[in-house]
Amino acid sequence: MAHFTYTRRKFITATTGLIAAPAILRANRALAQDGVFKIGFVAPTTGPLAGFGEAQDWILAGLKDTLAGMTNNGKPVQIEIITKDSQSNPNRAAEVAQDLILNEGINLMLTHATPDTTNPVADQCELNEIPCISTNAPWQPYFFGRGGAPDVGFNYTYHFFWGLEDIIANFTAIWDASGVAKKVGGLFPNDADGNAWGDANLGLPGPLAAAGYELTDPGRYQPMNNDFTSQIAAFKASGCEIVTGVMIPPDFATFWAQAAQQGFTPKVVTIGKALLFPSSVDALGDRGDGLTTEVWWTPDYPYSSSLTGVSAKDFGAAYVADTGKPWTSTLGFSHAIFEVGLDVIKRAADLTDKASIMEAITATNLNTLVGPINWANGPVKNVTKTPLAGGQWQRVDGKLELKIVNNMQNPQLPLTGELKLLA
Amino acid sequence: MDLINIILQGVLVGGLYALFAAGLSLIFGVMRLVNIAHGDLIVLAAYIAMEVIRLSGLPPLVALIFVVPVMAAFGYALQRGILNRTLGGDLLPPLLVSFGLSVILQNGLLAVFTADSRKLDAGVLETASVSFGGLSIGLLPALMFATAVAVIAALQFMFYKTALGRAFRATSDDAEIAELMGLDRRRVYAWAMALCLGVVAIAGVFLAIRSNFDPFMGPGRLIFGFEAVIIGGLGNLWGTLAGGVILGVAQGLGAAIDPGWQILAGHVAFLLILAIKPRGLFPRMDG
Repeated sequence: MAHFTYTRRKFITATTGLIAAPAILRANRALAQDGVFKIGFVAPTTGPLAGFGEAQDWILAGLKDTLAGMTNNGKPVQIEIITKDSQSNPNRAAEVAQDLILNEGINLMLTHATPDTTNPVADQCELNEIPCISTNAPWQPYFFGRGGAPDVGFNYTYHFFWGLEDIIANFTAIWDASGVAKKVGGLFPNDADGNAWGDANLGLPGPLAAAGYELTDPGRYQPMNNDFTSQIAAFKASGCEIVTGVMIPPDFATFWAQAAQQGFTPKVVTIGKALLFPSSVDALGDRGDGLTTEVWWTPDYPYSSSLTGVSAKDFGAAYVADTGKPWTSTLGFSHAIFEVGLDVIKRAADLTDKASIMEAITATNLNTLVGPINWANGPVKNVTKTPLAGGQWQRVDGKLELKIVNNMQNPQLPLTGELKLLA
Repeated sequence: MDLINIILQGVLVGGLYALFAAGLSLIFGVMRLVNIAHGDLIVLAAYIAMEVIRLSGLPPLVALIFVVPVMAAFGYALQRGILNRTLGGDLLPPLLVSFGLSVILQNGLLAVFTADSRKLDAGVLETASVSFGGLSIGLLPALMFATAVAVIAALQFMFYKTALGRAFRATSDDAEIAELMGLDRRRVYAWAMALCLGVVAIAGVFLAIRSNFDPFMGPGRLIFGFEAVIIGGLGNLWGTLAGGVILGVAQGLGAAIDPGWQILAGHVAFLLILAIKPRGLFPRMDG
C-alpha cells in the first residue's frame, strides 16, 4: 500500500471535489452563519478494527463538560462533534470523510486507527483543504503510503504517533537485555505492515544486521494462515532463540500452538500488533505469559490530560471502573486526539479562517496524555512522534498486565517490571 | 525427513479444511445452495460454545453436547423460516440471502460480543504432541483429522444407509418427483440444514480451540473449504476430505519453497485439477 500514488479512487474523489466545489465554498461559511465549530471524527467502530473504536463513547462522554466550557481566545465557542464509522474499510472511510466535508461542512477533521482509516480520511482533507489531525497509525505508512515527500509534506494534514525505527530500537533493546543468542526468526505477512517491516531497506533486516542479529526470514506468508510448519522448521534449523514479526492475533495463536506441538521453544517472542489488546493475549492462556511487544501507552506513562488534568493512571482506572473492560494501548491516543484538536480551537486567532486554524496546528506545543506534541520536532514535515517503550505481558495474581520492561529509548517512562525469559 | 514432516502436517491441515467443508458439501449436495454464511455460522458456533463454557464450566469438547443440538435446531429454524422461502428455479435469491445472513451474523456478534478476539482454552490438549523418529504430531491436529474422518464417515453412512439419507438423495436427484412420492421437500431441506449446522458446531469448537476468533473471521476461513468441496467433486463427502488433504499438502509443499507460495500452491493445485477433471476428482452428481 506504500506504493500507489494515483488510483481510481483518488481520481474519482478529485473529480467529485471539483464538481462539488460550490458546495464546499458554501459549507466553509457554516461557522460564520450559525457560530458552531464543527469537528468531524472518523474512526472504526464496527469491522475488524472495531477494537480501536471501542472506547469512543466513553471518551466522548468524558469530554462533555470540557466541550461545554470551550473557549477561543477567551470567548465561549460552541462545538459540535460529528462522528462517523469507517466500518474498518478504507473506501468507506473516504466516503464518510467526504460526506463530513461536503455535506456537514466541518471545520476540522480528527481521525485515528490504522493507515486504513487515517490515510483515506487525510487524503480527502488534503484534497478539499480541510485541516486534519490523525493518530494511531505508524508514521511511515501514513506519510509514505500517501505519497508524501519528506521535504514537501502536506498542507492540511498532520499526524502524531511513533514509527518503525522506534519499534526496531525497542525490540533490539529488549533482546540485548535478554542475553539470548542473537538469532532471530521473522514472521512477516503479505500485508501492508508485514511488507514494511520485512522490507530489506526500510524494515527490520538492515538495522538488525547492523546490531549483530542474524535474521531468518522464510518469506511473506498470507494472513489467516493455517500452517506455519515450514517457518518453524526453518527457525529450528538455524537455531533461533528469538521470534519477531507483525501478525494478526489469529495467525499468532496458530503459530504459537504449532510451535509447541512441533517442539520449537524460543526464549524471547516479541511480536507487533497481535499482542496489542489484552483480550487477544488473555485468550492464549498460560502461553500468553511472558510474550513481549511494543508499548504505545499505558496508565503508567508519566503524563496527564491537558483538558481534564487527569493523570494517565487515573484515566486508565476510570476506564476500567466505568466499562468493566481492561484498558488498551490505544486508549490514551483516543483521548489525546481530542486534546490536540481542542487545543487548536482554543488558540486559533480566527476560527472562521482556515489559514489561522492551520497556523494554530503547526504551532502546537502541548503536553498530552500520550506525551508532548509539537510538530516542530518531527522526523518529517507533518509528523511528530510520541514515546514508545518495550513491554512484556506478565501474569500477576492471575491477571495479565503489560509491564514496561525496557525504556532505553525513552528513559522518562518508568520501568514497571523486569524482563523474564520464556520457559 | 523434512519432506515427510511437511506432508504429514499438510495432511493434518487438510483435516481442518475437510471439517470446515463437510457441511458445505452436504448442503450443496442436497439442495444446490451455496451458503456464503457458512464461515460465519462456524464463528457463531464458536461463540455459543464460549457462552456454554462460561455458564457451565465444561471443557470445550464436552460442551459440544450442548452446542451441536443448539446449532442443529437453529439450522432447522433457519431453513424453514428463511431459506426455504427463497428456493426456486433461480440460484441467485438463496445466494443473496445467505450473503445478507453473513453480514447480519458478523455485526450481530460484534454488537453482543464486541470485537475482542477470543479463544477456547482446552488446556494441555492445545500444545501436547507425540514425537517419533524426528517427527512431532500435535494431538489437537491429529484429533481434528480423526474427527473430520469420523464426521464424514457418519454422514456417508447416514446418506446411504438410512431413510433420511434416502430422502436426501431422492430430493437431490429430482425434488419434484420426490414430492410426488410423498416427501415434503421443505422438511427434507430443513433436516439437511440441521445436520449441516451440527457439523458446523463441531468445526466451530475446533476452530475456537485452535486459534483466536472474532466476529469477522468467518469468510477468511471459508475459501479453502469451497476449494476442497470442488476438488473432491460436488456432492461427494469422501471427495471433500481428499480435496482438503490435497490442498493442505500442496500448501505445505509450496510454503517449504517460500511462504509466499503457500496459498498460490494450493490454488495452482486447485486449477490443475479443474483443468484435468472439470467436475472434480470424484464427482457423484449431475449438473
